[in-house]
Amino acid sequence: MKIAVCVKEVPDAGPSRRIDPETKRMDRSGDRSLNAFDLNAVEAALRLKEAAGEGEVVLVSMGPSRALDSLRKALGMGADRAVLVSDDACAGSDLVATSHVLAAALKREEPDLVLFGQQAGDGDGAVLWSAVADRLRLPVISQISELEVADGTATAKRQTEFGYDRISTQLPAVLAVSDSLNEPRYPSLKGIMGAKKKPQETLSLADIGVEAGKAGEAGSRTTVLDLSPPPSRGETIVVEDEGGSSAEKILEFLMERKLA
Amino acid sequence: MSTLVFLEHHGSAIQRGALGVLSKAVSLDPDTAGVLVGSGVREVAGEAGRYGCSKVYVADDASLEAPLPQPRVDVISRLIRDKGFETVLFGASVLSADVAAGVSARLDAGLNWDLGDIERRNGDVIGKRSALGDTVLVDVGWSSTPRLGLVRAGSFDPVEHGGGAPEVEDIGVELEDFSSLATMVEQAHEEQTGPSIEEADILVTGGRGLGGPEHFAMLEELAQALGGAVASTRAVVDSGWYPYPTQIGQTGKVVSPKLYIGAGVSGAIQHKVGMQTSQTIVAINKDPNAPIFEFSDLAVVGDVHQVIPKLTELVKARKGA
Repeated sequence: MKIAVCVKEVPDAGPSRRIDPETKRMDRSGDRSLNAFDLNAVEAALRLKEAAGEGEVVLVSMGPSRALDSLRKALGMGADRAVLVSDDACAGSDLVATSHVLAAALKREEPDLVLFGQQAGDGDGAVLWSAVADRLRLPVISQISELEVADGTATAKRQTEFGYDRISTQLPAVLAVSDSLNEPRYPSLKGIMGAKKKPQETLSLADIGVEAGKAGEAGSRTTVLDLSPPPSRGETIVVEDEGGSSAEKILEFLMERKLA
Repeated sequence: MSTLVFLEHHGSAIQRGALGVLSKAVSLDPDTAGVLVGSGVREVAGEAGRYGCSKVYVADDASLEAPLPQPRVDVISRLIRDKGFETVLFGASVLSADVAAGVSARLDAGLNWDLGDIERRNGDVIGKRSALGDTVLVDVGWSSTPRLGLVRAGSFDPVEHGGGAPEVEDIGVELEDFSSLATMVEQAHEEQTGPSIEEADILVTGGRGLGGPEHFAMLEELAQALGGAVASTRAVVDSGWYPYPTQIGQTGKVVSPKLYIGAGVSGAIQHKVGMQTSQTIVAINKDPNAPIFEFSDLAVVGDVHQVIPKLTELVKARKGA
């Protein structure tokens, strides 16, 4: 079984994370790492491969060429190889453009299963799987909290606003897992050492047969018009607790606001 | 301008989120239609009229009964193309997000998500959303039509306009070969028992940082002392520690109590969207970097197992005094 996992490098959370006021794009020059939610998808892929006793786990991503550094974390966990679409013409891609690029890269791999994590830690997007599935003309299941794959069929438990659904589909299929599906493993020292030697391919748009006009800003249909500071929530009062010492301060705080 | 709103329904009712989006859409564009997709849904269409919607397109077919996205992508994409809708809005939900993104790919139509507001400016449509953990507000636009928008839960309240029954037009159902491959095996929907967390003024919420289901007892005790209820997070519910109807978040309930106390709650965006409008937020977490502290009024860095029992004791002593 060949499993493709779509992953993404994101800027680390913190004060340096920002949208560049000039380009109105995410500033990707600071510290960055693999999107934490993608680790659940990588873990799910590794477990499926281990249970089947055979197969291949391929990471598929789009981003700057240095994003391979972040992808190595998933190679260290046990993924077999990485494919990164990296092209200046990809910069500023929205959902329409990104789904074009990823679908083309995935078509080249012809996986039995395409996995996504539940959201991007930078843009908070949680929709890409459905757009990619439509372009690949494959069935899709999202918000998966339990997953079984056997005999060419995937059966998944999906959480919605109303409770749980059990949905089944034949493979190939596109599946988006939630962060409650599993606890991602840490890369072992041996895994980290071995990651650098695993196949890592960087592809241009031409390599995957996508015209430049379909990707990046040219291929996007949404725009960022303006940035402004958010309405202030007021100060956060921080209290360090020592063995329950903060309880009195909490009560005082609640009484001031007539909440206790 | 012509606007279409996806009227997501559950049972025989249109979802509150969809009705809120419909109300907003009608206020921006009187020429707003709705689309209902399902099996046996024609009777449901009337409800949309009360919110000012004069026209509802209905795709009613047995093949559309299960709440799965891909058949809805087929139906709605065709409708948008046939009628030339310029703006198409969805209230955020698991189903609607997947439908909106599928339509985006099918029509190469731009999708902006997490919209907290929508306005018209010089004949154009502008969306507003907060980003990067609410550290920045972003005005977003579309460079072509149709424009697709996914509205953050709870952004717009439904407003009744006292309108009459809408005109109902049946639309055809032609599905792509891959759209029916995913099938519903079982739906296990837990019904509400006891008071709803949406009605409580004070919510004590337990997250995975509690360490196990047995620790909810101390939260129940604190909630009782404060006169509130106990709520939970998705991680807790998925782990089977606490029942689903108590879950706050994107796939749970959206609450806005006077006081929210988070115990061992990290504050993932999934959870945040369900509670960020709480009047006062107190968070207790041993991880000083927990995202919840970024939007708390009182951030207590400490062990919930030591803080909560002590706090309960003090609250009880005060009430007894």
